[in-house]
Amino acid sequence: MGTIIWTTIGAILTLSVYSFLYKDNPFYKFAEHLVVGISAGYYLVIYYFNFIQPNVVAPVFQLRFGDEVIELGSSMWWLALIPGLLGLLLYTRFFPKIGWIGRWSLGIYVGGYAGLGLSPIMQARVLNQIGANALPLTSITNVFLIVGLIGTLTYFFFSMKHKGVLGALARVGIVFLMVGFGASFGYTVMSRVSLLIGRVGFLLQDWLHLI
Amino acid sequence: MNIFERFMQIDRRWIFLAIGIVVIIPFFFPLGLPVTVTEPVQNLYDALDEIPPNGQPLLLAIDYAPATLPELEPMSLALLRHAFSNDINVAVLTLHPAGYGLAERAMNQVAEEMGQVYGEDYCFLGFRPGLSAVILGLGVNIRNVYPEDAYGTSLNDIPMLDGIRNYDDIPLLITLAGWSAAEAWVLYAHQPYGQDVGAGVTAVMATDLYPFLDTGQLVGLLGGMRGAAEYEGLINHPDAGVRGMDSQSAVHILIIILIVLGNIAYFGARRKKREMERDAA
Repeated sequence: MGTIIWTTIGAILTLSVYSFLYKDNPFYKFAEHLVVGISAGYYLVIYYFNFIQPNVVAPVFQLRFGDEVIELGSSMWWLALIPGLLGLLLYTRFFPKIGWIGRWSLGIYVGGYAGLGLSPIMQARVLNQIGANALPLTSITNVFLIVGLIGTLTYFFFSMKHKGVLGALARVGIVFLMVGFGASFGYTVMSRVSLLIGRVGFLLQDWLHLI
Repeated sequence: MNIFERFMQIDRRWIFLAIGIVVIIPFFFPLGLPVTVTEPVQNLYDALDEIPPNGQPLLLAIDYAPATLPELEPMSLALLRHAFSNDINVAVLTLHPAGYGLAERAMNQVAEEMGQVYGEDYCFLGFRPGLSAVILGLGVNIRNVYPEDAYGTSLNDIPMLDGIRNYDDIPLLITLAGWSAAEAWVLYAHQPYGQDVGAGVTAVMATDLYPFLDTGQLVGLLGGMRGAAEYEGLINHPDAGVRGMDSQSAVHILIIILIVLGNIAYFGARRKKREMERDAA
């Protein structure tokens, strides 16, 4: 019985959202606000029980991390307490007079993430990709790839006017870019249609049991 | 107003209606169009197939939210079915807060269907925020990031995780994501630790990840509903992916027809306008 009720609520909300395709209406607005409200509550609970409780509350107040017992004032205890306090400092933004204190946490957060990401991002997105394109011109595919790469890079080279050889290469680059955008757009259409298919499947199978 | 101009000004709601009808019809009258398997999908299948049974677990990151459910849930079901049918242990986690319930749903559905036991054949580590910090942390020690599973059981009390410490003990990691998590696993698990990573992503994201296939940074890739359908074909268990592909193909045909008609109407209307301007002059 519970499943039928929840499925029916889901179906009504699905139809409410799709009613926007006809025109904006109160049913759509209701569904939209419901999503925002429920998401905020859901995220709060998930974040608390999956992160704040085991990683901050348990080590600092209950003196345990998993099944490991922690001593008050030990390095593990401080490692849980300090990030927790830095997180709380972010909320000083709500008090204009002391809002600047939150920048300390933000600075550590941004600096930490930049440091963590610098090497892997450089390696994965730049060096490995350059290596993958250093190919021998022994097959049509490789020639195609190299021409496309040089043409596209030339298109984004703005230090000289795109005339003569540079202009021709840039035009080749545009062709490759357009093919890339076309493939990307095709995939986007496929993705959006998949969402509709998923919802139609839900309505016909899970709700109406027609298939 | 001639026929071309009238076509150019058609109310877009008629197009929405046409797409809706074209999506619904194949649910009742399946076309049964063949789905051929592409190399990235086959590679992911092979990589999972090579994991020894009842040993080190597959790490499955269900990093998707309800907004991408139709594309990514069929993938998670197909991957779990494949793993469980080969007696491969699976540790599930999520880096997306909304993925928590969806991960549980997919995992429990397939586990129940295939008679798997929690803790021995599969486990759910739950959600942790922090993306790159979490991924890097798993490379040091899984227990530092997840001292307990999602239900409060210490990882030391979960039999299938005995001796599992970090990526050295994970033969394959697969992420199913509709956001940047897929790339993050490549950046922070494959790059520093050499972890084999496979991905299942929404079709929108697939083109962004193809460069990682060529470099070997991804062992395989499932792109959108089509990728799910291919995988369902490989494990001989057609489900939502295969079923959806008929509607997908039908809509694509409709869109192509509309693009052609739109262009005919545009050029036709332009020619008529020029003829009228010439006659007036």
